[in-house]
Amino acid sequence: MITVIDYRMGNLRSVAKALELSGRQVVVSNRPEDILRAKLLVLPGVGAFSRGMENLNELGIIPHISEKVKQGTPLLGICLGMQLMLQMSQEGGKNPGIGLLSGVVKRFGPGLRVPHVGWNTVSAKKNSPLFKGIPPDSYFYFVHSYYAVPEDEECILAETDYGVRFVSAICKDNIFLTQFHPEKSHDTGLKMLKNFCSL
Amino acid sequence: MLTKRIIPCLDVKNGRVVKGVNFLNLKEAGDPVEIAARYSKEGADELVFLDITATVENRPTILEVVKKTAEQVFIPLTVGGGIKSCDDVRLLLSSGADKVSINSSAVTNPGLISDIASEFGSQCLIVAVDAKNTGKGWEVFINSGTKPAGMEVVQWAQKVEKLGAGEILLTSMDRDGTKDGYDLEITKNVAEAVNIPVIASGGAGSLQHMYEVLCEGKADAVLAASIFHYGEFTIEQTKKFLSSRGVSVRI
Repeated sequence: MITVIDYRMGNLRSVAKALELSGRQVVVSNRPEDILRAKLLVLPGVGAFSRGMENLNELGIIPHISEKVKQGTPLLGICLGMQLMLQMSQEGGKNPGIGLLSGVVKRFGPGLRVPHVGWNTVSAKKNSPLFKGIPPDSYFYFVHSYYAVPEDEECILAETDYGVRFVSAICKDNIFLTQFHPEKSHDTGLKMLKNFCSL
Repeated sequence: MLTKRIIPCLDVKNGRVVKGVNFLNLKEAGDPVEIAARYSKEGADELVFLDITATVENRPTILEVVKKTAEQVFIPLTVGGGIKSCDDVRLLLSSGADKVSINSSAVTNPGLISDIASEFGSQCLIVAVDAKNTGKGWEVFINSGTKPAGMEVVQWAQKVEKLGAGEILLTSMDRDGTKDGYDLEITKNVAEAVNIPVIASGGAGSLQHMYEVLCEGKADAVLAASIFHYGEFTIEQTKKFLSSRGVSVRI
């Protein structure tokens, strides 16, 4: 069973429908029991970092998510979901994240149109089951104003150019994070989700 | 690098596409879900559904359309038309829309822009601006381009950006439907005045027009309806043309 964590941030339906194509059972939920019994977890989301953390804290599910991740359950964090996994975001001041990965979240600088919206190329820097069968430098859909800067460069899975060369995907053990939206990236994105579902 | 986006737009009324499209072998010329799936397959970067359902009772049908689309189409979907509150937005996003577009309601209630932005995030909010070149310069019009709002276009664009709009959808009402090309002047003026993406709309009649508005017009994306709906050009042809002229597109 795959649990898509519903912390009330963004369009969850597309994520759920895309994952369902894998043939596995998908549950959209924020109940601790659904998080604890999941074989795979997905943390999606678009919106403000502080609001995301507020909602997660209100729902009281951060300990359950952390527990599952520490036990080895694969977790896919998408967009805001990726950013929340880090220690801290600059968005709205200095906001602590879930902190399962060391690093910060920064805003794109002046001189660039913000948010970064549209299709951009993602260049994988190392092998990963997530990119299996996906050609190098494929296009994925992005819509974000902030990006993650992980402390440990070993966990950088992919990079993308937008003024700066920023980290567009991270992989550390069972944690998989993408700044782009695979559920909005047509066939390439669906392939990536299928790869995640096969873990 | 970030590519320019090609975005087909469908007018939807009571759950059906108005006027339909003229594709070969399309069983249901008026089914928005089937048309959306077709465009997605053909390489559209995003889709827009403009809900022009007149009556309040029939408005929930767009939610059904969005839900069904989310089951089959996995590129970004924007829905516009009659959105007046955060509740309207919530229903659309939870049904499967990624972004919403507001136009007249942003003018009559600018606070709605900041309400939506703070509740759901700027990235899900496109503010549509209809512009006409009157004797007094470029003016904002509302109610499907019939009523002057008493504001200058570039100033309004800057204001909506400040209030929290994620993108601007700029339509030249003078060019809309003419096929004479997008208005390069106003598109460029707006694009240079704001720091958020600008989607050009209104007037596409040829691939050259699209090239011009993306380059000279400095637009980040183009919205087009009839040029695609009536099969004059395919999205593939459009992207090949643009690419051959050095425009970065997703092929």
